[in-house]
Amino acid sequence: MHNFNYHRAADVADAAAKLTATEDPKLLAGGMTLLPTLKNRLAAPSDLIDLAAISDLKGISVESGEVVVRAMTPHAVVAASAEVQKALPALAQLAGNIGDPAVRHRGTIGGSVANSDPAADYPAACVGLDATIVTSQRKIAADDFFVGLFETALEPSEIITEVRFQIPDRAYYMKFRHPASGYAVVGVMVAQFGAKVRVAVTGAGPCVFRVAEMEAALEKSFAPASVANIHVSAEQLMGDIHCSAAYRAHLITVYARRAVEAMVG
Amino acid sequence: MGEFAIGQPVTRFEDPRLLKGGGRYVDDLAFPGMLYGHVLRSPHAHANITRLDISKAKAAPGVRAVLIGEDWAKSGYGDLPRAEGKKKRDGSPMYRPHFPALAKVKVRYVGDPVAFVVADTIEQAQDAAELIEVDYDILPSVTSVALGSQPGAPLVWDDCENNICFVHLEGDKQATDAAFAKADHIVKKRFVISRVTAATMETRGSIGHYDQAADRYTIYTTLQRALNFREELAETLNIPESRLRVVAGDIGGSFGMKSGVFNEVGLVLLASKVTGHPVKWVSTRSESFLADAHGRDNVSDAELALDKNGMFLGLRVHNLVNMGSYTQPGTDSGAYSNLGTLAGVYLTPAIHVDVTAVYTNTNPMRPFRGNGRPEAAFVIERIVDMAADELGIDPAELRRRNLIPPEKMPFQTGLSFNIDCGEFEKILDLTLEMADYKGFEARRAEARKRGKLRGIGMSFTIEKAASPGYEGAEVRFDRTGSVTVLAGSVTQGQGHETIFKQIVSDTLGIHPDEIHYLQGDTDQVFFGEGTGGSRTASLGGSAVTVATGKVVDKAKKIAAHMMGVDEVDFAEGVFTARQTNRTLSMKDVARAAMSPKNLPQGMELGLNATAAYHTTKQNYPNGCHIVELEIDEDTGQVEMDRYVVVDDVGNVLNPLLLKGQIIGGISQGVGQMLMEQIRFDPTSGQNLTGSFMDYAMPHAEIFPHIDIKSNPVPTKTNLLGVKGAGEAGCVGALPAVGNALVDALSHLGVTHVEMPATPERLWRIMDEAKRA
Ligand SMILES: Cc1cc2nc3c(=O)[nH]c(=O)nc-3n(C[C@H](O)[C@H](O)[C@H](O)COP(=O)(O)OP(=O)(O)OC[C@H]3O[C@@H](n4cnc5c(N)ncnc54)[C@H](O)[C@@H]3O)c2cc1C
Repeated sequence: MHNFNYHRAADVADAAAKLTATEDPKLLAGGMTLLPTLKNRLAAPSDLIDLAAISDLKGISVESGEVVVRAMTPHAVVAASAEVQKALPALAQLAGNIGDPAVRHRGTIGGSVANSDPAADYPAACVGLDATIVTSQRKIAADDFFVGLFETALEPSEIITEVRFQIPDRAYYMKFRHPASGYAVVGVMVAQFGAKVRVAVTGAGPCVFRVAEMEAALEKSFAPASVANIHVSAEQLMGDIHCSAAYRAHLITVYARRAVEAMVG
Repeated sequence: MGEFAIGQPVTRFEDPRLLKGGGRYVDDLAFPGMLYGHVLRSPHAHANITRLDISKAKAAPGVRAVLIGEDWAKSGYGDLPRAEGKKKRDGSPMYRPHFPALAKVKVRYVGDPVAFVVADTIEQAQDAAELIEVDYDILPSVTSVALGSQPGAPLVWDDCENNICFVHLEGDKQATDAAFAKADHIVKKRFVISRVTAATMETRGSIGHYDQAADRYTIYTTLQRALNFREELAETLNIPESRLRVVAGDIGGSFGMKSGVFNEVGLVLLASKVTGHPVKWVSTRSESFLADAHGRDNVSDAELALDKNGMFLGLRVHNLVNMGSYTQPGTDSGAYSNLGTLAGVYLTPAIHVDVTAVYTNTNPMRPFRGNGRPEAAFVIERIVDMAADELGIDPAELRRRNLIPPEKMPFQTGLSFNIDCGEFEKILDLTLEMADYKGFEARRAEARKRGKLRGIGMSFTIEKAASPGYEGAEVRFDRTGSVTVLAGSVTQGQGHETIFKQIVSDTLGIHPDEIHYLQGDTDQVFFGEGTGGSRTASLGGSAVTVATGKVVDKAKKIAAHMMGVDEVDFAEGVFTARQTNRTLSMKDVARAAMSPKNLPQGMELGLNATAAYHTTKQNYPNGCHIVELEIDEDTGQVEMDRYVVVDDVGNVLNPLLLKGQIIGGISQGVGQMLMEQIRFDPTSGQNLTGSFMDYAMPHAEIFPHIDIKSNPVPTKTNLLGVKGAGEAGCVGALPAVGNALVDALSHLGVTHVEMPATPERLWRIMDEAKRA
């Protein structure tokens, strides 16, 4: 680890001010991604601005048709929240299957979303549940937020403050865990909002994406058979030594079908 | 002694301390003035160093020394310990490369140490290492053992022809050829045993301290055999052993991996001598993937000859074994010392094995839990299943026909094992019963309805444990009658403290709370070898038993003298004068032994004993594993549903610890079969699995309940009648799981599944079968 200056931000405005006032700053949330990166000397920020003391950034609320998760809320809190379990069980279940207990108690939704790790689970929830990412400066639709591999629409000085998920009629998330890391090799969120259906896939591509063909088929007929023969091209997908792009493409179909099975079953 | 007696499920005495963070591992130690070392490692698998400029690093803040290959060459130290004794096919000696702690002109694997930077803090050392300028002229490399021995392969050592380190032949070639000539049926298969890493919870680490005034070295390190380590290291340092102290504190797992005298050991000592300070090096987790010795990695071409009744007539095996780039004592042993496991529990009269050990541009190798045993077990137990499949005989039945019956024991197998005792058929029956083997097909049919391909697999394996060797123990009473027991073996987490305290408590009648256990410090422990090859209960346990026996003998004389009788009885810690009701406790006698007035004329003061136990005969733990698993037809994911084991590890000293050993071993076997693998890029020689993000480890959640029963058949080869237990689980698991996978897929025409059987690999197998 290289040396850095440590700041404990008092509130979002303070954090934002420090972000612009320092040379090469990084926000610190749960540190589950950032700290290993620093320890492995893969990044050397001049300043770390810790969001941990900002109480405004913690907590969950369910408001008219939305589940609002504040940025510094750890995964374990989302998973255990009775409100989330009631209003949007798929989200609680997703959060409860991230990493391991230590990671779930430290890692935060803000950190996860900001990082846009191609294998992270939350992006599937954001896009699948038509979420809005609220930052210190604006509101960004999830569809526009995830831009590419570890790339988002966030400006360097922007801080995520909360994520607002639309509550669907029903939704289901299924994840194939990576044999080594436990991250998503393929994670599929299927959500039904009236006549509209969203199918969001994480893990397989450079960042989360929707499968329009599956959405259309499910909007026509919401049944497992509708997606059972829809295949995403492996060409746009990623592969590693454990799971090739072709395998991931296959898993997307299997997991979409199973998610729908679980929803109609 | 009651609840702590030998055979009781005593919970581990070491656990409260370890679980509360009270362990003292190398990284927990700090000494005044201690400096920190960082190793700069080769980023290339094979390259000439054309330029090495350390001037900027030397001038960096906090830096006390930057050592390079030249410094090692000039240090007066010699090579790190090197393997010796084996021969090539033409009878010439094995190829033994020099083994300096730092590469000088050439690097031979990704991770090969090039420089050692020592600074006031580890961060300064790391910063400075980034300032070292090295130019490499990259050479073609070879990482695969199958390719390494082929003519024209890149040479790891320029003067080592075809990269061949040595050749080992075992068994009877003529008899085997004759057996194959008359066989009705021959099964042939190439088995590839993958490369894995131990991934110990505690990484390797060392603190070197050269005391200039005393001209004496101390090394605090992670190891398995402290006294052997001292002997080997003293030779490297060119000093008498008396000028070297080796200390091992708590060690967080080794499985064979930490058993070498590694480069960093030499480096911290040289650095301490150069700087005049203690120097610490502790591997990071990422570094451990690049710098630790790996295990397994061989290719076995096996052939089994059978007659028409399914009796095994002969077994022929050709092995290519990866040695990595350098060889130490022990690196080579996995290639030959456990081939006996290939003979299995079977009567097979004629066996021949031909082993070629091959250098490659990969990490050096060490024994890894089983050290050749799981590899051999996999070959024999897979090929037996293949034979059963080809002949249409049930695999349990085929095994049964060929099992060595107890009345034929001691039985000389076609290889080195001379099996003294065992009840193989009884164990087979017990396991089949526990597994409800008969009910399997109904379970398979039920699973099929759920889209799951269910398979059952068994293995019946045998290995040798506690090879001929010796172990030391000492029992020291102090003045208040409490005890210190010192042992030559060193625990890496197995629970030696518990077992030894049980033995001392049971034989002397002293409460375990009053027994202190001491190990791993060569200035304190007088004699022994150390840990490895499932030897501690057999050899270390026997040594402790001899020592306590000596104590009892002496104490009896003192007690008789004190009570004024000729003879006393001793039981449960109490001496009783015959025909009187007078008694003395062991503690009374121990206290009394400190005063001359209590002793018979001429007897030495004190109640202490040392023992050096040795054996010329190994023992043969064996056991049957049956596993049932299901493969998800759509995804290839494997779920183990039940796992049963009946083992014979002789007398059971502590059933809790035994279960722990068996379960731990199974986990590592399952890990290798299903997910673990160190992989190299075939062109660049880069390690593609350099972190836990890529190197898959089995988690507790993937295991079903593992049902373990023991069928002890005590051996007479040691005083306690115990057989080794440390490796047994791993030996049995690899083939049992391998067989279950094949069984699940056999209706698709599948006859073998390579390890690791990842979901994608299984999905592809199913996908191809469907297409065909
Ligand atoms: C062993 C392990 C297993 C894991 N498994 C999974 C898994 O299965 N699925 C999964 O989805 N994830 C997994 N993760 C990731 C984890 O869940 C966290 O989501 C992730 O580490 C990021 O969250 P964090 O709070 O730790 O962020 P940090 O590491 O603190 O920060 C990550 C990045 O986000 C930035 N950032 C943080 N907060 C904000 C904010 N409010 N606004 C703007 N930028 C911000 C930081 O500057 C940094 O660049 C795993 C992590 C580990 C270590």
